[in-house]
This record gives sequence, C-alpha cells and structure tokens, in this order.
Amino acid sequence: MTQVKTLLTTALIGAAAFGLNAGAAAAKDLRIALQEDPDVLDPDQSRTFVGRIVYASLCDKLVDITPGLEIIPQLATEWEYSEDGMSMTMKLREGVVFHDGTPFDAEAVAANIDRSQTLDESRRKSELKSITGVEVLGPYEIRFNLAAPDATLLAQFADRAGMMMSPTAAAAAGADFGANPVCSGPFSFGERVAQDKIVLNRFADYWNADAIAFDSVTFVPIPDTTVRLANLQSGDIDMLERLAPSDIPQAESDPNVTVASEISLGYQGITFNVNNGERGDTPWGNDSRLRRALSLAVDRDVINQVVFENAFAPGNQPFPPNSPWYNTNHPVPARDVEQARALLAEAGFPDGIDLEVQVANANQPQQLMQVVQSMAAEAGINIKLTAKEFATLLADQSAGDYQASQVGWSGRVDPDGNIHQFMTTNGGINDSKFSDPKVDELLNAARVSTDQAVRKASYDASRDILNEAQPIVYLYHQKLLWALNSKLQGFTAYPDGMIRLEGVTWAE
Amino acid sequence: MLAFLARRVLIAIPTIILISVFVFALQKLLPGDPLLVLAGEERDPEVLEFLREKYRLNDPIPVQYLAWIGNALQGDLGVSLRTNQPVTELIAQKLPVTIQLAVMSLIFALVIGIPAGILSAVRKGTVTDYIANVVALSGLSIPNFWLGIMLILLVSVKWQLLPASGYVPLSEDFWQSIKTMLMPAFVLGTALAATLMRHTRSAMLGVLSADYVRTARAKGLSERVVILKHALRNALTPIVTLTALLFGELIAGAVLTEQIFTIPGFGKLVVDAVFNRDYAVVQGIVLVTAVGFIFMNLLADALYVVLNPRLREQ
Repeated sequence: MTQVKTLLTTALIGAAAFGLNAGAAAAKDLRIALQEDPDVLDPDQSRTFVGRIVYASLCDKLVDITPGLEIIPQLATEWEYSEDGMSMTMKLREGVVFHDGTPFDAEAVAANIDRSQTLDESRRKSELKSITGVEVLGPYEIRFNLAAPDATLLAQFADRAGMMMSPTAAAAAGADFGANPVCSGPFSFGERVAQDKIVLNRFADYWNADAIAFDSVTFVPIPDTTVRLANLQSGDIDMLERLAPSDIPQAESDPNVTVASEISLGYQGITFNVNNGERGDTPWGNDSRLRRALSLAVDRDVINQVVFENAFAPGNQPFPPNSPWYNTNHPVPARDVEQARALLAEAGFPDGIDLEVQVANANQPQQLMQVVQSMAAEAGINIKLTAKEFATLLADQSAGDYQASQVGWSGRVDPDGNIHQFMTTNGGINDSKFSDPKVDELLNAARVSTDQAVRKASYDASRDILNEAQPIVYLYHQKLLWALNSKLQGFTAYPDGMIRLEGVTWAE
Repeated sequence: MLAFLARRVLIAIPTIILISVFVFALQKLLPGDPLLVLAGEERDPEVLEFLREKYRLNDPIPVQYLAWIGNALQGDLGVSLRTNQPVTELIAQKLPVTIQLAVMSLIFALVIGIPAGILSAVRKGTVTDYIANVVALSGLSIPNFWLGIMLILLVSVKWQLLPASGYVPLSEDFWQSIKTMLMPAFVLGTALAATLMRHTRSAMLGVLSADYVRTARAKGLSERVVILKHALRNALTPIVTLTALLFGELIAGAVLTEQIFTIPGFGKLVVDAVFNRDYAVVQGIVLVTAVGFIFMNLLADALYVVLNPRLREQ
C-alpha cells in the first residue's frame, strides 16, 4: 500500500511538473495515435502490436533492424556464432544505464534472459527456447549456449525477447513490472491512464540522447480510423499508425499531412483444414487440386483494387514479393478460370463443389471474402461464408472445427517465423495439421543454418512442395500506412511497423 | 415515505444478485477461449495452462462464481486479464468521465427536449408543432456515430473550434474539459432530447385538456402561469420517470459515443473488455452499472413522492 502511495505521489508530482512545463515546451511533446490501447507494458508478458510501438520509445533491444531487415547493433555492439553454431558471443555497449540508474552490463542481460525463460507469465519462452545457458564472460561480454544451432535467435533479440529491463526494477516488481516499466530506451515511463493515454518522458542519460528531439511522447488510442485522421488534420495529434486505405485520398489531399508506407512482414490468406480432426477428412482437405483451383480462381490484383484501393501488395507466399526470401520461380499467379475448372473436373467435381470458409466478423475480412466468393463461383466453387467473432474463429481453428479459415499472420523479422510453426508437423500453430517429411526436413535445415544461401535454398525447395500442396492459399500482404504532420521530418517507415523516433524532428 | 424507500431498497437486492448471476453465466456462454487471444499469436500451450490455472478457469463455473461474488462483496472485483490493472481501480478511473458525459448530455436533453415538447403541445397542429416533430424524429433516427463523425469533420477539422476527441479531467482544466465534452454530450443529448420531447408533448396534451386547466384559464390567469404552473407540474411526473430510465439509454449510447470521440469512460471500457474477453472487467462494469440503474430508479420513486403530494399519504 505504501508503495502504491509513493507511486501515486511520484505520479502526481510528475504530472504537476509536467503541467508547469507544458506551456513553455508544448511543441516538444509528440502525440501519436494508436489503433487500440496496448496491453500490459511488460516486454515478457505483452502480445500486442501497439504495445511494441510503445516499446520502440521505451525499451532498447540487444539488436535492431534496418528497413531492409538487416540486423544492426543497439545495446549489443558485436556478435559471433561459434564454429559449430552451438553458441553465440556478444559484446555489449558500455556506459548505458537503465531509467532507474541501474547500470546495463552482462549480468543485466543474463537476468533478462532468465526472466524471459522462467517467469510463469512469460510469453517469450518459445522465442528463446534454444538458449540452454548464459555465461557472463566479462562486464560487457556474454555467451549464449544453444541446444542446437538457431539462425532465428538474432531476429528474436531484435524484438521483445531482446528488450532489456532494469534487473533491479524487474526483481522488485515481479509479474507487476508492467505497472511501472523501467528499461533503457530514449524515453522513460511517465504515466498511463487506461484507454486514454500513455506518457513517456525524455531520458536525459540515454546513450544516444542527441538523436532524440522530443521532451515527451504521448500515445493515445483512437480506434476509429476516420476519427484518427480527423484528429491529425485538426492538429490534436502529430502522427498516426495504420491509416485505412480508404482514407488515403483524404490524407493525401491535405497539404499538412504526409503519408508514409511500407509492405508489412505478415500475410493474409485462406488456411485449409488438411488433417485437423474429422473436418480435415473432406475433398478439400484430401485433394490439393481443389485448393490449387481456388488459388487460380481468384484474381489477386482485383482483390487489391476492390477491397484495398490498390494500397496493399498481392501475394502467394508467406513472404511478400519484395522480400529477399520470396521464391521468384513461383510468381503471383494470374487468374485462370479454365484451369481452375479443369482441376475441379480432374478431382472428380466437374459440376462444381461447395466450400465453407470461416471469416472474422470485421469489415475488411468480410469484404475480402465476398470478392473471393464471387470470383470462385465463376469457377464452380460455391463458397459459404461463416462469420465469427475473432476469438471464436481462433478457437475453432485450433480445435479443427473448420473446413477453411480466412486468417493471417502479423509477420516476423526472420523468415522462419512466417513458416516453420505453420508448416512443420509439430509446429505450434499448425492448425491445418499439414505434414510432409520433406518440408519438415527443409524447414528444420533452414532454421539451424547461419548461411543465408543455404537457408534461401531450403525455403525455395520447400516452396516447390508447398505450392503444389497449398495448405494455405496466400492472398495479399498488408501495407503499413502512417500519416504524419508535414512538419515532422526524418521519419523512416519500417516493415515491422514500429515507430522509431531517432532522427525525427520538427521542422522550424 | 422512509418505509416506502426502504421497501424499494430491499426489493433491489435480489435484483442485483440475479443480474450478477446472469452476467456471469452469459459470459461463460460466449464462444471462444479468452486465453487463445491472451496467449499471443504463438499460443504457447504451457503459457495457456498457466493462465488457466491463474485465473481459475479450470474450476467449475459455480465455484468460479462464488469466488468472484465473495471477493466482490469485499470490494475486490479482480484484475483485468489484459492489462493486469485492478478492476475497481479501472472503474474508479472511468466513473467520473462517464458521469460527466451523462450529466452534460442530460442537460442538453432537458434544455432542448422539455421546452420543445411544451411548445409543440401548446401550439398543437401549427407549423411549430410540425417542425418540432420533424426535428425530434430526425434526432431519433440519425445514428450517433454518423452525427459524431460529421461534427468532428465540421467543427474540429474544418472550423477548428473544438478538440476532435479525447478527454481532459475537470480538475485539470475546467474549461478545456467542458469544451472537449461538448460535442459528445450534444450527440448523446440530442437523441435523448427527441424522446423527451415526444413524451413531454403527449403528457402536456393530456393535461391541457383537463378541467382544472380550463378553470385556471377561466379564472383569468395568464397563459404563462397556466402552462408552467398548473399544467407542467402535473405533466412532469411521467417525465421524471422517463428521465431516470433514460439513464440506461445514456450508458448504452455512451458506448458508441465514447468509441467515436475516444472518451476513456465506461462505454469504451466495456466494449474493449468484451472484445478482449476480459471477463473480470465486463462483470465489474455490468455490476456497477446495474447498481447505478437501480439507484436511478429509486431516485425516480423518491422524486415522484416529492412532486405528487397524494403519494405521501401512502
């Protein structure tokens, strides 16, 4: 209780001080509108996309990415895999402190990895599963021992699993760390009012403080896309994430608004129940020719035009066509109704066939599936849409109570995150229950090799098989859209959708 | 009168218990596993199992209910599954926000609805009456979200007069707080004003043809006194009940209005909680709202007695 009181008092004093300064430094506060209110602000426990956007200003990670997805130093300055790939050694940045003054060093990293792996509530366990032991080699040098070579580890360190929390604060707060998160990022936690705002204040001792031009950042959740844009146009906020494609013309016609975009790392498509319980035992689950027919029946460019105002990117693989991991031997197929009908006839359904697809009861997925439905009908596939609330859709999908499901994936920096857990026999979220020993072998090989060429060859070979089998018919890749006040300069769009404030400034 | 009120309070208790059972049961009937959403995209089975244990979701539902109601009686409504914040704290944070919205909307509703109702009753069959009716019907038919967005686009984006959305606490900056709440209160208030206007009109029409009103006119009293003192006071009784019942509509309307204007109040809290399957939060809000609703009904009963001296004898 006393702790709560102290916290409250600190918050009040902080708020009062902030209030006094507000007049003089109003221009130095940056207001960013998020599509929803983030969940708990503990990097080990949180799971929302918007939560990660807040972390980009609050919690530094061991490594970061470039817009081209290369891994670059952040809190770690150098790293190296051992010859046999069974361990990785990292050198750490010196002179870094957490927001509470605790110094950042190898011991702190060890404590963070331990927390991510052992805290009961941790959602990071699977991401760091390959680490079997951590050795502190020196104050700024650390070694991770691995159960097996793991090429995905660096990419994990570029996200929540690599975010460093103050070990002092984490030990004191336990699972309640999220009420007052203490990290080492450019801004420290100020206050949070649920569904109203999250305020972060500039951290004077930040190691890269010169790159930061704002005294504070305020995140406000505004769920309605039109209202979000209206707030930007009226000057109530300075920047927003996930502009709706239908709002692009309005945003672009306003000289005070700039739009930035980048193709996301994720995908959207239709997942088929291939072998997940009884409902997998249907012609759609058993005969890949039907699934290929559906893929050929849809015109992905038309989907993009009709549903997404041409703002997104058509796709047919787990990686977008601009990704280095995309297999160019299998380009996005053109629509071919004749070929689709031929495949149906070959599979024994010359007069057409029914298909039930479950879809989330939100606008965009429904529009998407209605367009797919009408195109598929022309090829003789009669789609019946079953709208479900998202939590229900997921539950049914994981229980195998579905024939096909319109669903997607937010995407990961490492290609493994977009495919391994979906397409390998024991994959954690393989709801389709697709299983092919050769695909398992290839995807496992790609996971353990640190040689990019070897990995690329493995993914390419797995694509050859999966393109025939089509347990997931990929349809498109979302484009991430930001809208910002034109006076904001230096903003860079990243495919992971994060808002990095280093180098962003107000034009005079 | 005290006995009368005490009886009403006693009747309210089983109602609240019934409501709490219903809310609890309905939530469990909702399809979909809250933890599948909570566990994150990867849905790690180990994490799922831990969370199920932590939030006692493996217990039989009656056991879960008893545990919850037991804690609730001690003022502990549990913690939000999504943000780990205590539900009582969340409610204490949101309550003043929604009360401010409700009060301001009600002021709009009363100030517009009652005079318009009186006017159209007094001028029955004239152009004024028709105009008032058309406006009232439009008020009832225009959806809150549409009116809200239109107002934002006009008043905030185009004319830049009022803030587009958000919330400033009254204690932080009084005028800014009123300004921010003006548009949402107007949107919510106009819909209620329409209902109020229709009811005031019909109540007034009934009273205006009564004998004592004719007597009052015959005595030579001015039309003002006849309408405001003799007629209105008697027409007011059903309107008071209605206003108290409108409180429920206010909360329901606040759900949409708060969503559009991103006001961090009850409505927004409950919508987010339902979508995130945040059981504890939904239960807490519904319980508090139900209690509030019952309280408003009690208040209406009490006002009845004040307005209608005949009831005081009973």
